[in-house]
Amino acid sequence: MTGRDMSYAAVMGRKNEIMKKAIGIDYQTFESGGLAFDYERMMREASYSLEEIQQIQYSTGVGNTPILELANLTALARKFAPAGKGARIFIKDEACNPSGSFKARRAANAVYHAKKHGYKGVVTATSGNYGAAVASQCAMRGLKCIVVQECYDSRMIGQPEILEKQRACEAYGAEVVQLTVGPELFYTFLSLLEETGYFNASLYTPFGIAGVETLGYELVTQFREKLGRAPEKVVITHAGGGNVTGTARGLLKAGATGTEVVGASVDLSGLHMASDKDFNRKSFTTGHTGFGIPFATWPDRADVPRNAARPLRYLDRYLLVKQGEVFYITEALAVLEGLERGPAGNTSLTAAFALAQTMDRDHFIVVQETEYTGAGKHPLPQISFAKQNGIEILFGDPDTEVPGKNIVFPDSPERIRLRDFDLAKARTSYIRNSVTQAKRESISKEDLAFLAAETKSDENFVLGVLKELNVSVK
Amino acid sequence: MQGAKKGDWVQIRQVVLPPEGRAPQVPEDTRGTPLLLWVKGFAQSDAAVGETVEIETMTGRRVKGELCGANPRYIHDFGNFVPEFLQVDLQLKALMEGEISR
Repeated sequence: MTGRDMSYAAVMGRKNEIMKKAIGIDYQTFESGGLAFDYERMMREASYSLEEIQQIQYSTGVGNTPILELANLTALARKFAPAGKGARIFIKDEACNPSGSFKARRAANAVYHAKKHGYKGVVTATSGNYGAAVASQCAMRGLKCIVVQECYDSRMIGQPEILEKQRACEAYGAEVVQLTVGPELFYTFLSLLEETGYFNASLYTPFGIAGVETLGYELVTQFREKLGRAPEKVVITHAGGGNVTGTARGLLKAGATGTEVVGASVDLSGLHMASDKDFNRKSFTTGHTGFGIPFATWPDRADVPRNAARPLRYLDRYLLVKQGEVFYITEALAVLEGLERGPAGNTSLTAAFALAQTMDRDHFIVVQETEYTGAGKHPLPQISFAKQNGIEILFGDPDTEVPGKNIVFPDSPERIRLRDFDLAKARTSYIRNSVTQAKRESISKEDLAFLAAETKSDENFVLGVLKELNVSVK
Repeated sequence: MQGAKKGDWVQIRQVVLPPEGRAPQVPEDTRGTPLLLWVKGFAQSDAAVGETVEIETMTGRRVKGELCGANPRYIHDFGNFVPEFLQVDLQLKALMEGEISR
């Protein structure tokens, strides 16, 4: 290291400079000067075409994962559905990707891009499957890889699922830097980017998100080939927003404009994501409301100046499920369908199980991902870890579940029910965040149109919110 | 725990930020704790547990920290058996008894 000031304040102060070097995108060119930026132009110019991405992914064995029909789970759902209801449930088996999850699609593009631009390695900040995906892609393309994880509480007790991801990253030859809980992880991340000169393989770049477009596109193509039409609904586990955004854009690129985009997250309300005590009191490390709601209502909180994952642009509906319900459905997938899969896809599968019961029997509902499972990720280590942390395991009504205190397995699958998160509330909160972050008392007409597009609403809705905030349009 | 010899694969620990240096937005319980970091690499000298040692990581970085141990094992596993899952499995099988058509 040269004589650079490595103090917290100094490194955070060099954030823009470090980021620009580590990502190679000049985000300024897409800015309007107001709230608005040209999202579509950014996705076009700072990324790759669908055909290029298919080629990049094909070259590392990513994608073309099978669609599986869950006939027995469908039959179970129909037992509790009104007459004539109970759509056919399908999953896209993304666990078949090289690193065991759909995240390989995002990583494939990021690592390809890094190599093409001459970077010797990449750094990524993630405690999730994305780390393993980046490590796997770096192994294939011969780049160095550092994964920065928020992993432990202050007693060095690690969430078993995150420990498994550490193992997976190390198995692919990556260096794993692990930290205790806290947002200052970003300081370590920036320090590493500066020290190594590596590429920032952020989850939220245009090409990272475009990597998921192939998933939505493939899914529609597969449905048209095998079943004659696109599915009526696609259910997507929602956390940072990339899964929803990329899949939905892929659906649109395939022309499936009538397919409803449904997000699903595990309800962890009441637990603070940066709390040392709460950290190990949750049984889901992602796909939960602790990421889902903040990232939907303020996407630009990410590690890039403009997040390419903007889920409110695409969500038609957002459903919340309970931890106990997801564990129940994970068991059902194993004992009724003969498939052991990891937690992430099972969050949307739980929502799909309830949602299918409201749809006609000849309709299709698809859960667009699965992930690998095993030591650390399986329900057994998760529930035994929960018990060690004093969480009570009960049977009963999942609506009585209190995150951090208990997990309530439904005493009958009939108890697994639909819980809508009010998207109007999320849209309002996005608009509020947008104008308050920019400290605006008035916005332009361009900003107004942008906010309507950002929230998949219309200008009247935005004007209504702006009025309450005393913000005018000039 | 045993110390390490030069060249051993080890895990080290660093204090990145002391409790008083934590970011203002962190909740109170977290603010009472330091931000800690762990990383693995090859020890550049012999050291006892708790002593400062320099390592070379998998990407070739040189990092100094307090030695935690050599050849750290992965401690995650399948946990204790959870009998509640049997109850779920039996219920599901009973509900679908004789109704599996494929």
